[in-house]
Amino acid sequence: MSGMETLCYELLGSRRPAPFAPVLVGVVASGNLEVLVESTDSDRCILRIDTSARGFGTIWEAVVRDFHGRHRLAGVALTIHDMGATPAIVSLRLEQAAAQLEEGRA
Amino acid sequence: MLLESVLECGDRVCLEGNNQKQADFLARALVQVDPARVHDLHMVQSVLSLPEHLDVFENGIASRLDFSFSGPQGARLARLLSQGRIQIGAIHTYLELFGRYFVDLTPQVSLIAAQAVDAQGNLYTGANTEDTPVIVEATAFSGGIVIAQVNEVVESVPRVDVPADWVDFVVKAPKPNLIEPLFTRDPAQISEIQVLMAMMAIKGIYAEYGVQRLNHGIGFDTAAIELLLPTYAKSLGLKGKICRHWALNPHPALIPAIEDGWVESIHSFGSELGMEDYIRARSGVFFTGADGSMRSNRALCQAAGHYACDLFIGSTLQIDLAGNSSTATLGRIAGFGGAPNMGADARGRRHASAAWLKAGAQARAGMGGAGGTPRGQKLVVQMVETFREHMQPAFVDRLDAWELAQQSGMPLPPVMIYGEDVTHILTEEGIANLLLCRTDEEREQAVRGVAGYTPVGLARDQRMVENLRDRGVIRRPADIGIDAREATRNLLAARSMRELVLASGGLYQPPSRFRSW
Amino acid sequence: MIRMSYAECSARQRLSLLLDEGRFREWLPPQARVMSPHLAQLSMPCAFDDGIAIGCGYLAGRNVFVAAQEGEFMGGGVGEVHGAKLTGLLLRALRDRPSAVVLLAESGGVRLHEANAGLIAVSEVMRAVLDVRAAGIPVVTLVGGSKGCFGGMGIVARCTDRVIMSETGRLSMSGPEVIEASEGVEEFDAGDRALVWRTTGGKHRFLSGDCDELVEDDVQAFREAAAAAISRPDASRPPTLDALQREHSALAQRLAVAGTEADAISFWSRLGVQGAARVPDLGVAAVAALRPRVAAMLAG
Repeated sequence: MSGMETLCYELLGSRRPAPFAPVLVGVVASGNLEVLVESTDSDRCILRIDTSARGFGTIWEAVVRDFHGRHRLAGVALTIHDMGATPAIVSLRLEQAAAQLEEGRA
Repeated sequence: MLLESVLECGDRVCLEGNNQKQADFLARALVQVDPARVHDLHMVQSVLSLPEHLDVFENGIASRLDFSFSGPQGARLARLLSQGRIQIGAIHTYLELFGRYFVDLTPQVSLIAAQAVDAQGNLYTGANTEDTPVIVEATAFSGGIVIAQVNEVVESVPRVDVPADWVDFVVKAPKPNLIEPLFTRDPAQISEIQVLMAMMAIKGIYAEYGVQRLNHGIGFDTAAIELLLPTYAKSLGLKGKICRHWALNPHPALIPAIEDGWVESIHSFGSELGMEDYIRARSGVFFTGADGSMRSNRALCQAAGHYACDLFIGSTLQIDLAGNSSTATLGRIAGFGGAPNMGADARGRRHASAAWLKAGAQARAGMGGAGGTPRGQKLVVQMVETFREHMQPAFVDRLDAWELAQQSGMPLPPVMIYGEDVTHILTEEGIANLLLCRTDEEREQAVRGVAGYTPVGLARDQRMVENLRDRGVIRRPADIGIDAREATRNLLAARSMRELVLASGGLYQPPSRFRSW
Repeated sequence: MIRMSYAECSARQRLSLLLDEGRFREWLPPQARVMSPHLAQLSMPCAFDDGIAIGCGYLAGRNVFVAAQEGEFMGGGVGEVHGAKLTGLLLRALRDRPSAVVLLAESGGVRLHEANAGLIAVSEVMRAVLDVRAAGIPVVTLVGGSKGCFGGMGIVARCTDRVIMSETGRLSMSGPEVIEASEGVEEFDAGDRALVWRTTGGKHRFLSGDCDELVEDDVQAFREAAAAAISRPDASRPPTLDALQREHSALAQRLAVAGTEADAISFWSRLGVQGAARVPDLGVAAVAALRPRVAAMLAG
């Protein structure tokens, strides 16, 4: 049975990065994911996840909360295409994305 | 037929199903024996590898089994057991089974595989000697019958591995005996997460304790460690301070470290396909005969791994809240192989080393009574990602082993490594040092603290876990001074099979299935 | 110097390392979200760029249009959008006349999930490639990813002016598994990787004349070879009737030389290569040294 699941999270943030051009990390492949990071006007960190691995909402929420706890980003939208990556890979890609924002690499 | 005239009903028969080498011709011959003439054999063998190893049960030739490992045949074994076609005496670790060959499981007939026989009847087992010496010793000196299949008949063998008067019958097989390349891992398959875990193992454990003598259970995680020695470990100034002596099969992934001068000695359980010429050229490192080829010996290497190594590190499928580790899964009876022996504290050991003393002191600090009597302890590390394939958690409240035991009528759950022997659990989340835990509750939270986002991990007592981190019982990558973003495949000394071949100066010749050039 | 494996890199990493630094401008970038409607309909994961990055940049100072296929996404399969991006890039090249078009190809061919839309997309790419070549703009293909360049993309590669391969790269039409499935394992054992590579890999293609240059599995090596390929006086070789006829007689000659040899090793021996069985283990320089004599044999 195929089908995608979509999960959305909005978290109030406090650290707004300097204006940046969109950033892409990762690749859509089995056990992997791509993350597109875009600049927004809001005071939130918005995440939208499209995943082929359904039923893991609890884990996504925990991973997202921990990520936000580390970075507290605001004015940022992260859109994710996931193909069954483990939380370890998801966290790694999110950190890679955050690092690119910090380094101002646009 | 020879076998029908030699075998008697109810005989204990040892058939060389080694981990790698298979007496496949003799296995096929055994399957063809007439069950009306020969039945109820009791098979004692290390590994169930070939379909024929279970065909003998289905054909009514054998009825009872004692063994150590059955990875490839695990599912079929479980089915036969549930159908009542087979009785299992016990599942052992290798050295334990070998020990019983001299006590209560002595083989009456042994079917072995050798490379060559000479005119006098001496056998040459070559690089893949493996279990043969211990099997022949037990059989030949208890009045048993030794039957060997060989690949070739020669004038004189390069060296005598089994003297002629220990062997009763020799037959030349139509095709060379099967040998599986079980210890080859393609560096191209090593992931960034495995690189991160390998960095933690090196900096957080090997460097911490000064581990000079060790064994690696086979896997991509340990291959990553081997490939980080000439690069990451070197950058930490660890050359000469760790990893000089190994009880290990000739892993191709260790080639760069050997070439970079890290390794003084390696003793092996068996050989590895494609490594023969490299081993010959590095006879100063590997155990080789005067003829130049490797001499391996599973029994002695297991003994070395148990008593003469300060660390074992390997992977597993499941870990529970006490740190018990198991590869048992429902519907498959896989057995243990050498892990219970390598991954056990060696209580008989008496000689000291820095790593052994440090681990022992950590375990016993502040303890009195019998348990607090000063002694060393072997480092036993279980390295595992929190989630396996298909998002299966590696950390569970209750091991599948319990249910398997019930299903199969085993007296005990098949635990591979007991939590009491595990000293460290290493995941992508960090390292839990169980040596520093003083209560079951601390131990449980230490396990939960590195279990990440699994249900076991999410149910942690946050405050306790933070406290354990403050005390250094749990160390995250940052605590060890590792930035996870540095964990890239570029740190690997070789990132492909091609690069391993180049590192060996062209001496390593990987089997065809590993080529991509 | 640390060698950066071309095969290891993602499509975007290859582009960033291959082109002159900081000068890549992407068209229809990920944030434009031009994705596959077919995969969405099948409820399958989509990629923001549908598995291909296109744009313009500079290679050793010359302006080039580039496309890089991501082999990890759907095996690099060409879907409707993916193919349209490639065709659009080529059509734009007709308008803007860059120094060259460079294709970093890594693909299993048509993305089967998109069926006819994928097939049509690939055929449109082929036509566009030939139009660009006819206009005097060189089109160069780089093949070095671990997925190889198969199917319709294999044909596209051989429709371009030049092909540069590493020994890791593979170039063919039917994939090894497909051949084994249709013709049986006796005919072709897809599990015999040594066989697969000596049949479709860079070394064989180089010796048999199906690729123009053999390089190390190294992004820098690909960069240098690509830069040289686009700056040579005969970089552009517009397809003409004469050229096609010459190609056909070269193929006939090659067939005659090969005889009934089924294995590359025997074929190389017939081409005059001593110790042909060792070719798979030779380094790039050693294989390159064999080429002149081999080419002479093939020229008849």
